[in-house]
Amino acid sequence: MAKTNSWISHIEAFVDASCSSNQQNASVDAIAALVKNDSLTLEDLVREMELYLTTTDNIIRARGTLLLGEVLSHLTAKPLSSTIISSLVGFFTSRLADWQALRGTLVGCLALLRRKSNVGMVVGNEAKMLAENYLANVQTQSLAVHDRKLCFEVLQCLLDVYPEAVMDLDDELIRGILDAIDGEKDPRCLILTFHIAETLMRLFPDQSKSEESFAEEIFEILSCYFPIYFTHQKVDDLQIKRDDLSRELMNAFCSTPYFEPFAIPLVLDKLSSSLPLAKLDSLKYLSNCILHYGADRMFKHAKDIWFALKDVIFDFSPEGIIESAGDMESQKAQIAKEALTCLQMAVSQLNFVNSEPFTSLILDDPDIERIFLSVCLERSYSGIPKETLHQLNSIGSILSIASKVSIDGCSKVFQKFFPRLMNLLGVDKNDSSYGCIKDCNTSSNLNFGALYLCVEFLDSCRDLTIGLQDIPPQAPDSWCYLLKDFCGPLSYAFKSSLVNTVTAAKTGQEYVPCVVKGLQVLATFPGCHSPVSEKIYEDILAVLMSVITGRFDEPFLWRTALEALIQIGLHIEKFHDSKKERGYCKFVVERIVSMLLHDDTTSLGVKLEVISEIGTAGPDFMSTVIRGLEDVIFSNFSEIWVNGNLGAAEILVPLLQCYSNRVLPWCHKFGKADQVAMQFATNIWNLMEKSSVLSVEFQRNGVLDTTMMVMKLCVGYCTEENQSIIVRKAYTILSSTTFLLLDSLGLPLSNLEALQSIPDISGLSCKDEWLISLFASVVIVLHPQTPVPDVGALTRLFTVFLLKGHLPAAQALASMINKWPANIGTAELSSTHELEVVIDVVLESISAVLSSCLKECKIANGTDDNLSCSSLISYQIHAIVGLAWLGKSLLMRGHDKVKEIAKRLLKCLLSDQDIPATSVAKDEARDNDQNMHSLLIRAAADAFHILLTDSEVCLNRKFHATMRPLYKQRFFSSMMPVLLSSIKESNSSRTRAILYRALGHIFSDTPLAAVVAEAKKVIPALLEGLSISTLGVSNKEMTYNLLLVLSGILMDENGKEAIVENAHTIINHLIRLVSYPHMMLVRETAIQCLTAMSSLPHTRIYPMRPQVLRALVMSLDDPKRHVRQEAVRCRQAWASIASRSLHF
Amino acid sequence: MATGLINANPIVYERKERRVRDSPIDTDEDIKDPEHPYSLEELKVVTEDSIEVNNKQSHVRVTFTPTVEHCSMATIIGLCLRVKLMRSLPPRYKVDIRVAPGTHATEAAGIFPFSSLSLLLKNSILALFFSVNELTIISA
Repeated sequence: MAKTNSWISHIEAFVDASCSSNQQNASVDAIAALVKNDSLTLEDLVREMELYLTTTDNIIRARGTLLLGEVLSHLTAKPLSSTIISSLVGFFTSRLADWQALRGTLVGCLALLRRKSNVGMVVGNEAKMLAENYLANVQTQSLAVHDRKLCFEVLQCLLDVYPEAVMDLDDELIRGILDAIDGEKDPRCLILTFHIAETLMRLFPDQSKSEESFAEEIFEILSCYFPIYFTHQKVDDLQIKRDDLSRELMNAFCSTPYFEPFAIPLVLDKLSSSLPLAKLDSLKYLSNCILHYGADRMFKHAKDIWFALKDVIFDFSPEGIIESAGDMESQKAQIAKEALTCLQMAVSQLNFVNSEPFTSLILDDPDIERIFLSVCLERSYSGIPKETLHQLNSIGSILSIASKVSIDGCSKVFQKFFPRLMNLLGVDKNDSSYGCIKDCNTSSNLNFGALYLCVEFLDSCRDLTIGLQDIPPQAPDSWCYLLKDFCGPLSYAFKSSLVNTVTAAKTGQEYVPCVVKGLQVLATFPGCHSPVSEKIYEDILAVLMSVITGRFDEPFLWRTALEALIQIGLHIEKFHDSKKERGYCKFVVERIVSMLLHDDTTSLGVKLEVISEIGTAGPDFMSTVIRGLEDVIFSNFSEIWVNGNLGAAEILVPLLQCYSNRVLPWCHKFGKADQVAMQFATNIWNLMEKSSVLSVEFQRNGVLDTTMMVMKLCVGYCTEENQSIIVRKAYTILSSTTFLLLDSLGLPLSNLEALQSIPDISGLSCKDEWLISLFASVVIVLHPQTPVPDVGALTRLFTVFLLKGHLPAAQALASMINKWPANIGTAELSSTHELEVVIDVVLESISAVLSSCLKECKIANGTDDNLSCSSLISYQIHAIVGLAWLGKSLLMRGHDKVKEIAKRLLKCLLSDQDIPATSVAKDEARDNDQNMHSLLIRAAADAFHILLTDSEVCLNRKFHATMRPLYKQRFFSSMMPVLLSSIKESNSSRTRAILYRALGHIFSDTPLAAVVAEAKKVIPALLEGLSISTLGVSNKEMTYNLLLVLSGILMDENGKEAIVENAHTIINHLIRLVSYPHMMLVRETAIQCLTAMSSLPHTRIYPMRPQVLRALVMSLDDPKRHVRQEAVRCRQAWASIASRSLHF
Repeated sequence: MATGLINANPIVYERKERRVRDSPIDTDEDIKDPEHPYSLEELKVVTEDSIEVNNKQSHVRVTFTPTVEHCSMATIIGLCLRVKLMRSLPPRYKVDIRVAPGTHATEAAGIFPFSSLSLLLKNSILALFFSVNELTIISA
């Protein structure tokens, strides 16, 4: 038991009106916590609070009751005994009459009513008592918003949880609730009242006389809210949207069929309103009402509904036949769509027992007949007036909905219209001559209106058959037989019209989609009860294929036909139609593949586009496509390697790109990439193994690069097991070649001569270079878990090639170290293969090369041996680049050794100072040497760029790199102080420049948020770096990157303060950049930055105004238009800071 | 000031789709009419064809057409155009602004040979102009 006085103080705090609301909340929480962990029982609390609950001071009593209520609402999950609950309910029920303390009472009631049965809940009798007391004492509409909301919640809870108990109250309850909800205006409460009305109507479904009248009464209350007029646009403060309100009201409207006599006339009336929102709502309500009220009750309204819908559809259908995506968003299109949904609901629901169904209302409508006749008069598309097009669209959608819903309706529509359409199109079902060549003149001007309607019909009855499981036997005049009779000649008509569109290219734009869609629909009738025979199906495929193969100079037609073929393929795949699949494979996929192999007339790009897109229709088709592609790729490979045919290389690159960019990602999406990629990678290695001589030089075609990329993607998609198979195979092939058996590989690498004795990359045979590059690609993408064979030798091999300047080898080594298992089990590998040891070995050999080169270099300086000196420098550059990649891999996995690498790089940056000044006599030699040396230092500075940028070729997420979050930020914050302090210490301007270059890389490659956080320190250094980098042409990329960082800080809220502090210096720098001659983007961005600067506090920037305006005068005459435009905008901004004078 | 608008119901034209041009002048598209929230271009006071630019001789001539013949705002429109051009063009340009012949009642007085005014007058016009209309017209 907690000490009494400790919680008494909480009660006092809560009751005391002078305490802040935070304190009061805290005391409620404290008391509730005490009760929850049983330190305090509810009985004690109530006993202690007796005075507060019964005092005659209204304010204190209200606070006391509220406290009890709040505490209870914290305890909904705590089990309470039934005696406590019943006494509490009794208490609150009696307090309902106390209007001064009503808030607390309501909170308490709600908390009690919401309890679940497993923790003890209020029994029915007590709930009934509560309801009775509520109805007798509470005047809901006279309360404030918050209290009203509580009231409605209590009512809702009573109706939901204790329906039997409150049902006994019958009339009294209904009256009470009606009074309570009448005239409510607050949206938060309205949502509740709509719900209450809905529940109430569900609870009293009896059909007695009194209820009919009460339905009318309650509908009267609801109807004044329809359609919802809600101007509150912002969602945030009330958390209620117009749609929520509208949906709740709709549910209330549909809650009982008794609303029908009142609701339908109201909705139909509002449907004719001119407000688009009212129309939209009415349509939604109408379709819901149709669903809920039932056909019997809706019978008498059927005619009115049809007329209303007809008007809306004819007024609001989109004007174009082909809808664009933007159109769909507009309100008008929404209304049209909603109207069609409503019509579909009416057609499917309103089938009356004793009378004609809704469909016949449509079919017998004289308007429909009249419009049908008028639109079918249009012979060609180009002459159709907009209005007729509009009508065509509307009637098309109405009739297709009428036929889409049921077989019966479909047959009726077909009987009435289809033969007439066929007649208009000139298709005769008895014409047996279709298929053979006949005079095509008739079809060249197919009646457009009839064509459009016909395709719409076909589409809707296709949809109907797809939806049905099996079609019952039908009368001989049903649509199915009609279609069977006509589909042969019809498809022939389509076909010949497609052939003829060549001549009529202009009208083709509208005819083609219709005709192609017609063919596509005919081809996609589901197999078992298709009215379309197999021969016609094959014919259709052949027609579409003839477009693909023969008419790629008509892009629109070609694209449409391709889309149709893909759709047919997707349809077959979706419904597993084996018969059609066979035809599709034979007539489409295989023909395309053979086209790729044998046809030289079509351009390769077109063929690849077709083949990759057709493949996406389904896995079976894709596997055929893949087989075809692989055949071509490998035959080209052997063409190059065996026959030395260089021309094949040009074909190979797009083939490989298509394979890696389109086919592999698709396979990956459908989970089949593993096998496919494995197969492909193995095949390449097999080829490498077999082809003994690769003497041809064809690197310049980019074949090697593309092959490496494909290899990376393939192996990347493989599972670990397959990866390990590939890597083992590759290693066997690699180790069997001769060049690796050189003894020198065994020598210690710190020995420079040993390194020089190994042949250079340029000295390698072509095949060896392919081998090592492809092998490096495999290693780059391995999963961290994939075992790598013979790690020791591989590390060594890659280190050697890294020092030789082979970039893929450096990346492979970096990837290996990045994914090296962190804590190796003792059994598998000896201690020499632990990560630390390996890193040490690699670093040692690299730094040995670096330092011994430096030594040699100094010696060479004394002699005239320039050549060896420059080759030594190039070794050093290779070492630096390798170091950078290594550093990146360590940085990404968060290894500490990266610090050591950074230190080495920094040392290299600073090495400029201790180059000894040699004798003046060898001036020329010294210049050359200086040049080489500055290249080296530059490489060291650029190493920071490698360290921090995301690479496309390795060490990224796609290639399974180990990546610690925020590694860039960490590097940034640890390196920046070091670099800044060394800049301060260095006294040579060249060293400073190079240090700023390194720092610049760090700034521009770190995520902006991290840079902004350090803005105060960054900005001075950034500006200094900018002014140094503007000196040379070669630094223009760097200048631009730094400027982008500056503008990023400028745009960020958090960076503002540092910007304001340095405003003058920044503006001075920007003014200089405004006339930067080497890069347009720099000028433009600088001016944009200046424009942004003009919004800083005027006192800071006003003194700079004349300077800025003077500088901008020059930019007004800039040779580039973009710069001039920015300059005008900027000048305007700066000139209007203080506009009293023109003298700028 | 007159209480009513001089041209209460102007015809508004669609803005011309900008094509990419090499001419250095492209900025008077956003000047608003003194009476209406439309730009001068939308009211066809200034059109692309009415602007002649001679880049070699650094000369610009703008010919504008007031919306109605007795438009008292013609002077202000002319001044707006001039200020905007002064801000937007390099100083080497000489700017001539004229009312199109036959479109304004006081055509002769509608020409703005700004450079030929005495310095004193020039400054006083500008001072007046800026004090009255700056915020409402130029930066609008």
